[in-house]
Amino acid sequence: MKIVVCIKQVPDTVEVKIDPKTGTLIRDGVPSIINHDDKTGIEAALRIKEQTGATVTVVSMGPPQADVALREALAMGCDEAYLVSGREFGGSDTYATSGILAAALKKIGYDLIITGRQAIDGDTAQVGPQIGEKLGLPQVSYVEEIQEVAEDHLIVKRQFEDGYHIIKIKTPCLLTAIAELATPRYMSVRGIVEAYEKEIKIIGFEDLKDDLELDMIGLKGSPTNVYKSFTKEVKGAGTILKDVSAEQAVAAIIEKLDAKHII
Amino acid sequence: MDFKLTKTQLLCQELFRKFAETEIKPIAKDMDEAEEYSMELVEKLQKAGIFGIPYSREYGGQGADNLTYTLAMEEMSKIDASTGITISVHTSLCCACINEFGTEEQKQKFLRPLVDGSKIGCFGLTEPNAGTDASGVQTEAVLSEDGTYYTINGTKIFTTNSGFADTFIVFALTDKSKGQKGMSAFILDKEMEGLTVGTNIERMGIRAASNCEVAYENVKVPADRLLAKEGNGFKIAMTALNGGRIGIGAQSVGIAQGALNETIKYVKERKQFGKPISKFQNTQFKLAEMQTKVDAARLMVWRAAVAKDNHENYAPLAAMCKLFASDVANEVTRGCVQLMGGYGYSREYPVERAMRDAKITEIYEGTSEAMKMVISGSMKL
Repeated sequence: MKIVVCIKQVPDTVEVKIDPKTGTLIRDGVPSIINHDDKTGIEAALRIKEQTGATVTVVSMGPPQADVALREALAMGCDEAYLVSGREFGGSDTYATSGILAAALKKIGYDLIITGRQAIDGDTAQVGPQIGEKLGLPQVSYVEEIQEVAEDHLIVKRQFEDGYHIIKIKTPCLLTAIAELATPRYMSVRGIVEAYEKEIKIIGFEDLKDDLELDMIGLKGSPTNVYKSFTKEVKGAGTILKDVSAEQAVAAIIEKLDAKHII
Repeated sequence: MDFKLTKTQLLCQELFRKFAETEIKPIAKDMDEAEEYSMELVEKLQKAGIFGIPYSREYGGQGADNLTYTLAMEEMSKIDASTGITISVHTSLCCACINEFGTEEQKQKFLRPLVDGSKIGCFGLTEPNAGTDASGVQTEAVLSEDGTYYTINGTKIFTTNSGFADTFIVFALTDKSKGQKGMSAFILDKEMEGLTVGTNIERMGIRAASNCEVAYENVKVPADRLLAKEGNGFKIAMTALNGGRIGIGAQSVGIAQGALNETIKYVKERKQFGKPISKFQNTQFKLAEMQTKVDAARLMVWRAAVAKDNHENYAPLAAMCKLFASDVANEVTRGCVQLMGGYGYSREYPVERAMRDAKITEIYEGTSEAMKMVISGSMKL
């Protein structure tokens, strides 16, 4: 089985600050990490590898600096790594990104694709499912457990708001991982040494152009327009009424709502 | 000359830093108070490959260099010096003896499990009456008449890791008449009959580390457990200690940098006379002086490690880096406690632990005085 995990390099949000004037992230000097859900995806893939002897390939689309994220994935135990990179791809939104990644995945080959649920910088949770759609694959998002790995299918548990679904899915397929799926392992020292002995294969525009909708890549081809980024307003502390009856509580709430002309 | 770490070293450093922050920081104080090392932590360290860093992949090691090993020692010791010494004794004392003096068969059999993360090692040289003067060792090893085994008798003290180690490197006299030239080194297993590990010796610092008296009473050791030849024991011990000193230098740098980092955080928050104490020039100058010394110590450690990686004569460089860095660790941790005042002295903050832990770096793996003997000895005086 060939498992391909898609990862994104993101700024470490623990250290990220927002410019109060522009409302954008200050990325200077902020360390980059593998997006958390994607790292969970790597761990899940590595566990399948340990159980079944599958191979794990890791793919990232990004600038050349994303190299270190791929090395980290190799150091955790992934077998090979691809960087999808090209000036033509810069500024891509989720639609454009998933199109490019789908084309890259076709080239790489796969039996199972795992992506993280969403990235901590954009928080859209769109790229994974869009890749699945563009490749015409069955997919399960919000996977919190992989219960069975067989030659032609998987049985997975999908988290739901008020419960879960147990789903049998035919391979090839795509899963999106949530944190509950697995706690990522540390890299090992030996893994790091070997990660830098391996080659990271670059997939560029020329390699993919026959499989791309050329007017749907990069900044120009992205249908999303960011209207405005802003920081959430800080709200004041609410009023807490203790030891009141239900009637008194209702009266107090009505009075407040009335005073603010909400009702 | 380039003072930059390679990409491999930088990623390893990131691993060590994250590991120490996530896995060790939350339990370091408790381990110190309980005077007991966490076996769960040992397992996690083994999994991440931290117990076999500078050893060849051919024998199951991690295949990194000695400089990377010093990065691990620094990052671990920033958070917990006990973890530092646990790794150091295993790596640069126990494993080094087998790596440098073992036969191919001994390496496959004994080094492999130590560096692939399945076993822990220790090193028994010091005895109640043989410290800096290692020639005072009284433990004896007598070869059986048929030449198949040695019988070892004696007592070792301050054997770090002995409480949970699987493999013991033990130094004993095979010829009492020859003094240190009659000393030999053996590889023992904890299961061997007659090997008894005492309780953890109560100490001032590195209290979480395991450091016990070990008694050897008629321990029968197969003859193929002898390292190199009879009489090579002293040379083996000194070679291992020379390398070990680079690790202790790195541990000292870590202890100092860890205390400094805590202090820097504290002085920005602590207000006296209407402003954070970081705004006082006394604080700033003190911190500037301390950081300068820590950086100098780190460069000396790196120089010694690179010399070892390049197979140059590193012994005097290792002694210098240990002499200097251990002194810096003591001065800096004392300075950090002073800057933090009463809170620095309290056990609520980790700097008092760092100050207690720092002292041993001037004593073990060769005292500062012994370092001066090594350094002056290399100066052709």
